[in-house]
Amino acid sequence: MAGIPHDHYEPKTAPEKWLHKRLPIVGLVYDTLMVPTPKNLNWMWIWGIVLAFCLALQIVTGIILAMHYTPHVSLAFSSVERIMRDVNGGHMLRYLHANGASLFFFAVYLHIFRGLYYGSYKAPREVTWIIGMLIYLMMMGTAFMGYVLPWGQMSFWGATVITGLFGAIPGIGEPIQTLLLGGPAVDNPTLNRFFSLHYLLPFVIAGLVILHIWAFHHTGNNNPTGVEVRRDSKANAEKDTVPFWPYYVIKDLFALAVILVVFFAIVGFMPNFLGHPDNYVEANPLSTPAHIVPEWYFLPFYAILRAFTADVWIVIAAEWVTFGIVDAKFFGVLAMFGAIAVMAIVPWLDTSSVRSGRYRPMFKWWFALLAVDFVVLMWAGAMPAEEPYATISLIGAAYWFAYFLVILPLLGIIEKPLPAPATIEEDFKSHYPHAAE
Amino acid sequence: MFRKIILSAATSLALTGAALAAGDAGHIEDVTFSFEGPFGTYDQLQLQRGLQVFTEVCSACHGAKFVPIRSLADDGGPHLPADQVRAYAAGLDEVDLPDGTTRPREWTDNFPARSGEGMGPDLSLMAKARAGFHGPEGTGINQLLRGIGGPEYIHAILTGYTGETKEEAGTTFYENHAFPGGWIAMPPPLTEDQITFEDGSPASIDAMSMDVSAYLMWSAEPKMMDRKKAGFVAVTFLILLSVLLYLTNKKIWARVKGKEFTA
Repeated sequence: MAGIPHDHYEPKTAPEKWLHKRLPIVGLVYDTLMVPTPKNLNWMWIWGIVLAFCLALQIVTGIILAMHYTPHVSLAFSSVERIMRDVNGGHMLRYLHANGASLFFFAVYLHIFRGLYYGSYKAPREVTWIIGMLIYLMMMGTAFMGYVLPWGQMSFWGATVITGLFGAIPGIGEPIQTLLLGGPAVDNPTLNRFFSLHYLLPFVIAGLVILHIWAFHHTGNNNPTGVEVRRDSKANAEKDTVPFWPYYVIKDLFALAVILVVFFAIVGFMPNFLGHPDNYVEANPLSTPAHIVPEWYFLPFYAILRAFTADVWIVIAAEWVTFGIVDAKFFGVLAMFGAIAVMAIVPWLDTSSVRSGRYRPMFKWWFALLAVDFVVLMWAGAMPAEEPYATISLIGAAYWFAYFLVILPLLGIIEKPLPAPATIEEDFKSHYPHAAE
Repeated sequence: MFRKIILSAATSLALTGAALAAGDAGHIEDVTFSFEGPFGTYDQLQLQRGLQVFTEVCSACHGAKFVPIRSLADDGGPHLPADQVRAYAAGLDEVDLPDGTTRPREWTDNFPARSGEGMGPDLSLMAKARAGFHGPEGTGINQLLRGIGGPEYIHAILTGYTGETKEEAGTTFYENHAFPGGWIAMPPPLTEDQITFEDGSPASIDAMSMDVSAYLMWSAEPKMMDRKKAGFVAVTFLILLSVLLYLTNKKIWARVKGKEFTA
């Protein structure tokens, strides 16, 4: 499968040959597991396995939870309480599922930022990157709809606020909102379609994950140097790589085990830490909570959404230029989706010829600032919509766009990159001088 | 570089937890309960006393409609004898049937609900439905050691009355610094020595309030002790697995890195 020269599966016994002629599935598994992987991957390359684990965990716990859950406005909340009290192990299943979503997003953010730093999005890996962004969007949709299912106060009001965003789109917004809700407001039809989609989307994600893995197995992994594996001969390729099994399987499993120690400590000892108390109050359309706050993993983009209020000059300008079609609310929605869109098209915004941030002395600092910006936006998104948080959000949102739209294109032109090692083997040997040939 | 990012991500989690918990709630003091921390357990006798306070005082105006009565006999809860729980159920409000008649409440039923004029919110999940305290320094991470803060909130409300009252639109409000806004519609529910505990425990307002707060934590999270046990087992075995995988990883990479493996 991979473009890197390596040994392929050869059926040896008669039954293997019989099957291989008809369906080469053993070969597919063998080639996937033995794919040549750069020797020099660091610990930031472990998040893929964590994410695969999260998807499996969420699907397995989710399917069992769905066996006991009732998607009806008058029964949903009490069915969740039945899971917590009467279903065998139900309380653990639910806490694993709820905190599993947090681990999923924690891992995906580190995975994305790893890609941004080491230039994993650059040619020839743009398609891997785009598929990854689609997975991330699907994850956000799935997580949001899953949060609505327990039918607590935050479920209900979160659903009201987020579906209201689509209503801000001029012209087609209201029909879209009605379609999402199945009526004029969040009610039983909303809960039913969210439940249905919450069950469906993880399998779409699983399909996209297969494409994601296929794509990067075809191009080969990126690595901390950004230097490609030599493909001129099998001998040279073998100096740059090790087979995925057992080297990275065991390394990734070790990292996963360490992460799961922390994960199970949270699930076992403080499972409600990342939740919101209001979601233990049954949904009540007549009583609005004091602060409607999304889950932590949506906060950076929620901050960007709220940053562009009607008194910001760029919003006023946009409204004036478009004769009022783009008002403050719609501008906020555009900014929120735009913040993800600029990240998705980063392969075509980054003009630098050097892939890895390790050899880009100026880029390093701007990237570090982007990571800080992300955290600041997350914090600002949790704060009430007032000063100074509004200004902080606005500065944070401005930097987010500036990084992708201005800084990355310019850096490629003005930055003088440091020399990168010629081969992965050279980089590996600089860390491990006694490394075998 | 990535160490920085992981650090900032960790900080952001802590900050966000605090931010989520923050609100314009009243002042809530942290108090120590037996069930806090990774190894904390419910005090069975305290839960039984709390049940008595709930039954004799709170249940007049508050329901607990999500709590099955039979769970009073469960391990890791008040753990009352089954026949006592059946008798307790029979003493509660009868169950309304669709045909307008009623039947005696069974222990397989849930606690009665309360609704209507002058009735308070359902208490089944109250200990998880209020943020409580957020200290120290608002990190929120203290949930690990000091519990979720909900029982502290209940305790602070029950003991936070100043004795001042005011009337607004025909409703009397009682000053209570633990309640958001400072004025609450619930009259002070507890008075000194209101209850006679079977085990002779003191029935000061503070003691009764602690007992009922603990009981409400159990009614909100009846499987807490099971959960902590499962968490402890999982953490222990995963640490062991981590050590084994670390050594395996070190050994298989040794030949690639040209190192001697000695372990």
